[in-house]
Amino acid sequence: MFGLRYLENVVTLRLNPAGCTGCGRCVEVCPHQVFALEGRKARIDDCDACMECGACAKNCPVRVITVDAGVGCASGMINEWLQYHNIRRGGGGSCC
Amino acid sequence: MKIHQVKKITRSTRIPQANAADRCCGSGKGTETASCCGPLMIVAGGEITDKVPGFISWVGTAAEKVPRIATSLTYADHAGACMARWGINRMRYIVPPGRYAIGTPGPDAPVLVTGNYKMSFDMVRNALSGRNAWLLVLETFGVNVWCAAGKGTFGTAELVRRIQKTGLHQAVSHRQLLLPILGAPGVSAHEVAKRTGFTVRYAAIRAEDLPSFLDNGMVTTPEMRKIGFTTYDRLVLVPVEIVLTLKSIALFGGALFLAALLANGFGAATVMTLAYLGAVLTGVAIVPVLLPWIPGRSFAVKGALAGVVWSADLYLYAGGGSWSVTTTIAAFLALPAICAFYALNFTGCTTYTSPSGVKKEMHLGMPAMGSAVIAAVLLLVVGRFL
Repeated sequence: MFGLRYLENVVTLRLNPAGCTGCGRCVEVCPHQVFALEGRKARIDDCDACMECGACAKNCPVRVITVDAGVGCASGMINEWLQYHNIRRGGGGSCC
Repeated sequence: MKIHQVKKITRSTRIPQANAADRCCGSGKGTETASCCGPLMIVAGGEITDKVPGFISWVGTAAEKVPRIATSLTYADHAGACMARWGINRMRYIVPPGRYAIGTPGPDAPVLVTGNYKMSFDMVRNALSGRNAWLLVLETFGVNVWCAAGKGTFGTAELVRRIQKTGLHQAVSHRQLLLPILGAPGVSAHEVAKRTGFTVRYAAIRAEDLPSFLDNGMVTTPEMRKIGFTTYDRLVLVPVEIVLTLKSIALFGGALFLAALLANGFGAATVMTLAYLGAVLTGVAIVPVLLPWIPGRSFAVKGALAGVVWSADLYLYAGGGSWSVTTTIAAFLALPAICAFYALNFTGCTTYTSPSGVKKEMHLGMPAMGSAVIAAVLLLVVGRFL
């Protein structure tokens, strides 16, 4: 995507190639082409392109992919923070 | 708009919050009130009747209650989508979950899965024009596929439940489901296969690619699994973002106007309120639209830069020459901070930002924005007594 790359070195995506069977599900579900298949193993090709949606981890049948998944919007995080500190309870809103 | 059978789910019958509010917009600890996503009152799609959008006739046995639906969209469908884009009736823009027939599908017809946000439902049926297919609509509580997948409502459990509830095993002879790629964060394909015997194929990101996917032997081309974020994609998100900020704009804008009116009189109050509104609008609308062309990767930085430009415009065209030094510094501190805040908020709408990145930006950005606004207020107060 032209001009649309997010912060570098923040993504929590990890792949343990040892257990990978090379089924290719991660390649199939990733909308940012983070993975590539090399021989019979997947590898992370472009980690910084990951948006941590969690599709790869959820669809990995041998569970060798981990990621702190979420959609992540600032107002949601602020609301969580406010609620955590009991500053605000509940709240309407409807971002998505 | 023919959306009937909308059923309110009250607290007692609400779906488990682990599904309802989890994960969208951050980690969501599954509490009753978590996060920005979804109102407290969750609306479900209800039962299929002959009032479902695009209803033509019943197919199969009467007991099955499978409606054949039109693939062409009516004026009302377009108007409804347009209103939803402006936040009107958006949380009730919903169709009943279940199995629908497109054309005259037989046992070998493909099964496509989507959510019950009416805009998703309309896009998929419209893309399947002239074909025979089954459409399996999951109960996502009127939320689009991607956000619902993040929340888990477009998920393994609901898919398995819906397959069983709609008698899909009897209706089709094959055992393959076609899912939208953006549904993958909620669905565990191997789990679905284990529990139902149906294999999951993630077909494409966009409904508009379904015809070429189906025509080319169900091959997903690399283009079909690439997510974009075009100017148009960003533009259609702006109206609802503006609508969602109206409440805070009215609150803070009103308070600002009153405070400035008491301190500095009507003229200054008007300029200050317009300056504030412009900063909000720059963050909510201008930054999203011009996103790729504003330097930097951080949304807070992009927002701050746009805010500086807005402040400079004000200075040049709203009589900046007559401002005191403290007022000028205050404007150049507060307005970029406000703009940065709203730009950062847009991360929730993008197709490429990661929660880890947003967290990092917030840790660094929020204290900076807060300090800038406080410093600006102090400067204005001090400037009043100089």
